[in-house]
Amino acid sequence: MKRRKVDLAQAPVTLAKGVDERYQVATPLRALLNKVFPDHWSFLLGEIALFSFIILLLTGTFLTLFFDPSMQEVTYHGPYAALRGVDMSAAYESSLRLSFEVRGGLFLRQMHHWAALLFVAAIVVHMARIFFTGAFRKPREANWAIGVLLFLLGFLAGFTGYSLPDDGLSGTGLRIASAIMLSIPVAGTWISASIFGGEFPGHLIIGRFYIAHVLLIPAALLALIAVHLGLVFKQKHTQWPGPMRTNTNVVGERMFPRYALKQGGFFMAVFGTVALMAGMFQINPIWLFGPYRASEVSSASQPDWYVMFMDGLVRLMPNWQIYIPIGNGYSIPPLFWPAVVGLGALTTVPMFYPWIEARRTKDKAIHNLLQRPRDNPERTGIGAMAFTFFLVATLSGGNDVIADKFHISLNAMTWAGRIGLLIGPPLAYFLAVRVCLGLQQHDREVLAHGVETGIIRRLPNGQFIEVHQPLGPVDDHGHPIPLEYGGWVVPKKMNRVGALAPAIKGFFFPVEKPAEAPVSPALPPVTAGEQREEITSGR
Amino acid sequence: MTTLHDETEAVDVSDPRLSRFEIVKEGARRDDIEIVTYESQFHGTDSKAEKRVVRNIALLFFIAGIAGIAFVVFYIAWPWQFELGNTLSDYYTPILGLSLGIALFCLGFGILAWAKKLLPHEVSIQKRHDGGSPTDEQKITGQTMLFVAEELGQGVQRRPLLKGAIGLGLAPLGVAAAAPLIGGLIQNPHRDNPPMMFSTGFNSAFNNGKQVRLTRSDGTPLRPEDVSTGGQLTVFPGIPGGATNEWADSPTLLIHLRPEDADVARKNADADPRNKGSMWGDYIAYSKICTHAGCPASLYEQQTNRLLCPCHQSQFNITDNAQPIFGPATRRLPMLPLTVDDEGFFVAARDYKDTVGPDFWERP
Repeated sequence: MKRRKVDLAQAPVTLAKGVDERYQVATPLRALLNKVFPDHWSFLLGEIALFSFIILLLTGTFLTLFFDPSMQEVTYHGPYAALRGVDMSAAYESSLRLSFEVRGGLFLRQMHHWAALLFVAAIVVHMARIFFTGAFRKPREANWAIGVLLFLLGFLAGFTGYSLPDDGLSGTGLRIASAIMLSIPVAGTWISASIFGGEFPGHLIIGRFYIAHVLLIPAALLALIAVHLGLVFKQKHTQWPGPMRTNTNVVGERMFPRYALKQGGFFMAVFGTVALMAGMFQINPIWLFGPYRASEVSSASQPDWYVMFMDGLVRLMPNWQIYIPIGNGYSIPPLFWPAVVGLGALTTVPMFYPWIEARRTKDKAIHNLLQRPRDNPERTGIGAMAFTFFLVATLSGGNDVIADKFHISLNAMTWAGRIGLLIGPPLAYFLAVRVCLGLQQHDREVLAHGVETGIIRRLPNGQFIEVHQPLGPVDDHGHPIPLEYGGWVVPKKMNRVGALAPAIKGFFFPVEKPAEAPVSPALPPVTAGEQREEITSGR
Repeated sequence: MTTLHDETEAVDVSDPRLSRFEIVKEGARRDDIEIVTYESQFHGTDSKAEKRVVRNIALLFFIAGIAGIAFVVFYIAWPWQFELGNTLSDYYTPILGLSLGIALFCLGFGILAWAKKLLPHEVSIQKRHDGGSPTDEQKITGQTMLFVAEELGQGVQRRPLLKGAIGLGLAPLGVAAAAPLIGGLIQNPHRDNPPMMFSTGFNSAFNNGKQVRLTRSDGTPLRPEDVSTGGQLTVFPGIPGGATNEWADSPTLLIHLRPEDADVARKNADADPRNKGSMWGDYIAYSKICTHAGCPASLYEQQTNRLLCPCHQSQFNITDNAQPIFGPATRRLPMLPLTVDDEGFFVAARDYKDTVGPDFWERP
C-alpha cells in the first residue's frame, strides 16, 4: 500500500477546516478577531481589577493546599519562637506554617493579600471613571448595577479572607461582625446564632467562611465578571467624543493583533507590580498579632482599607439607642445604623443611580459617547460628594492612628469626623460644580477667542493687546468665528496646535507633545509629522 | 446576515491577485468595520528608529529572562527557612518579589513596546447596532412568547383544579427544597439553660452550683493581694476552659482602685440598685467585653480612671459604674459582684446582672 505523504504546511488548513465543518466557527471567530476597541488610558482601570482577580485565583488556590480551616485548639511548635507553646486554632497554626515553613509561602500569601487590596481599589477607581464620564447611561445601566454588586462581593470576599487566619485582628473583626448581626432588630440574635452555629465564636465560623471564601463568593464573582465582560462585548465599549467619532460607531483598533497584545503586556505589568509589592512590602504579619483571644486586642487595630469606611462610620455614630418600652423592652443599638443600614444603603442606592438620573433628566436616548466630568456639573458634584463622604469615613476608620501620630486628641478626631461627614460632602458638591462651570467657561472662551499666544503687541496708539491664535477661520475683521464645543479637549496652549517641537527625543515620551498630537487619541494626524533632524555640531 | 453581504460583496475573495491584507479588509468590511489607516510607524524598512526599538524590546525580553532565571535560582538556593535574628532568610521574600517583579515588568513592557511601537498604527471604525432588533423580529418573538403563555395560562384558567393543584401541590415542594438547606443552619439563641445570651462563665450553673473563682489566663486562682493598688488584671471564670474563646463573653477586668477612687466608685455603685454591694473592698470588676461591638475594652487609663475600647474608642468611667462618657457605646459595662471564698480566693458572688457584650433587640 502506498503511504500517503503528510503535507505539514497543509496541516493547519486541514485542521481548521475540520473544526469549522463541525462547529461553524469561521464567521464568529473572524468577528471576534476584528472587533474594534476604542482606546484610552482610563478604559484600563477595570482591567486592573480583572487581572488582580486572576492573580487572586492563582495564588488563592496555592494557599488552600496548605491552609487548614479548623478551629481545633492546637499547640504551636514551629520555628517562630515567640509563639512556641501557645495554644491556638489549627487555622492560625496552618497560616503560620504557610508563612514560615512553606518555601515561598509567605511570598504567595502576601501576593494574595496585595492582589485583594488592588482588586477592590481598581474596582473603586474604575467605578469612579464610569460614574464621572456617564458611561452608565442607557444602554449600560444593568452593567453598572452588576459592577456595584461586584464591589459588594469583593468586599465580602475580602472580609471573609481577612477572617480566615484567625489571628488577633481577624478574630476581633469577626467579633465586630457578630455584634453587627446582633444589632439587627428582631432577628439579630437568630442570625448571629445561625451563622456562628451558637454563641460567638463557636467552632464553625472559620470553616463556613472558608467555603464562602474559596467557593461561593469566587463562583459568584466569576459568574458576574463573565456577564459584565459579556455585556461590554455585546454592547461595545463607550468612547470619548472626537473627530470621526459618533454615537453610532466605535473608532479604535481591531482586537487582534495590537489591542490584545497590549492587554497581555498590561497584565504582565500588573502582575509584576503585585509581585514587587508582595516581596518588598509586608502585609498582614499575622505572627505579630498572636492567636485570637476574646480578651485581647491591641490599639491601632485597623481593618483592610475598603472596610475602613464602615469602621469609621461606626466610630463616628453617636450613642443613640432606641428603646421600645413594650413588654420586657426592646432596643435598637446605634451600631445598627452605620453598619447595617449604612452599608446596605451605600451598596444598593448607587446601584439605581442610572435610573434615577435618567428619570430626573427625562433622558431616554442611547449614549455611546462619554461626557467629560465638567460637562455634567451636577453629576460630578454628586460624585465628589460621595467620594468626600467615603474619604471622611475612611480616614475616621484610622482616627486613633492619626490622633496618635499627630498628637491630636482622639475625641477631637471623632468630632472632626462627625462634623466633616456632615459639611464636607455639600462643600465638595458646591466646589465641584463651580470648578466644572469654570472649566466649561474657559473652554468656550478659547473656542471663541483662540489660544493665548503669550505675545503682547503694541498698537500705534500705545495700547497693548494680547495676541490670540484663533482655532478656526476668522471673519473679515480678523476676529475668530466662534467654534462649536465638541465635548472633547480644547487645545489651550500653542504647542497643542503645533507651535513647538518635541523638547526631548528618544525613548522617553516628549515632555511637550509635538505638532502631530492628535486632538483625540487614536485619531491619525491630519498630515504626517514633519521629520526633524537632530541638531548637530554640523560636522 | 451573510447572505446580505454576499449580495453586496465588493471584492471577490477567490481572486488570486488579492493580497492577504485585502482579504482581511474584506473580512473587516463584512463585520461593518472600515480600516481607515493601517500604516507602519516607521519610514521605510530597516529604519534607524525601528532598529533602536527592536533593540530595546529585545533587551527587555533578555532582562525578563535573566530575572526569571534569577527568581528560580533564588527560590531554590537562597536560605529560606525562618530563623530568629538577622539572617539571610529575612531577605528571601523581598528577593523573590524583586526578581519576579523585574521579570514580569520587563516582559510586560517589552510586549507593550512591541504592540505600541512595532505594530502598525491603526484606526478602524466599526458600526454599532444599537436600539433593538427589527420591529418584525420583535413582533414575532413577542407573539411567540405570548403564545406560550397563553397555552399554559389558558390551560390553567380553563381547568380550576389544575390551578389549585399548582398552588397547593407545588408550592410546598419549594419550601421542602429550601428547608433542609436553610433549616439546618438555624439555631435558637435562647434554647440553652441558663440562656447563652444572658449568662457568662461566672454563672454557678457551670460550676456545679458553686461560686466561680476568678482566675488568671493559666487557670490559677487569685487572692486580693495579687493585684496591687492602682493595678488591673484580666480574669477569667475558674471553670475548665474558662480562659479560652469557648467563654468569649466572660473575660473580666479586675481593678484594685486607689482608696480615694474606691470611695467614689463605691458611693456610685451603692446608689445603683443593680450594682449595689458588688465591690469587694477597693476591688471592682467590670466585663471586659465592650457593650458596643464586643471588642475587649482593654486600655485602662489609670490617671483618669477611664477605660477605652481600642476598636471604636468608646470610653467608660470606672468610678461611676463604667458609664459610657464618649464614643458610640450607649450602655455601661456590666459589673461583676465580687466576694472572697473560704480559702481567700476571689469568686463571683453571682453571674453578671446586666447582659454582657454588644447590645441586641431582645435585651431587656
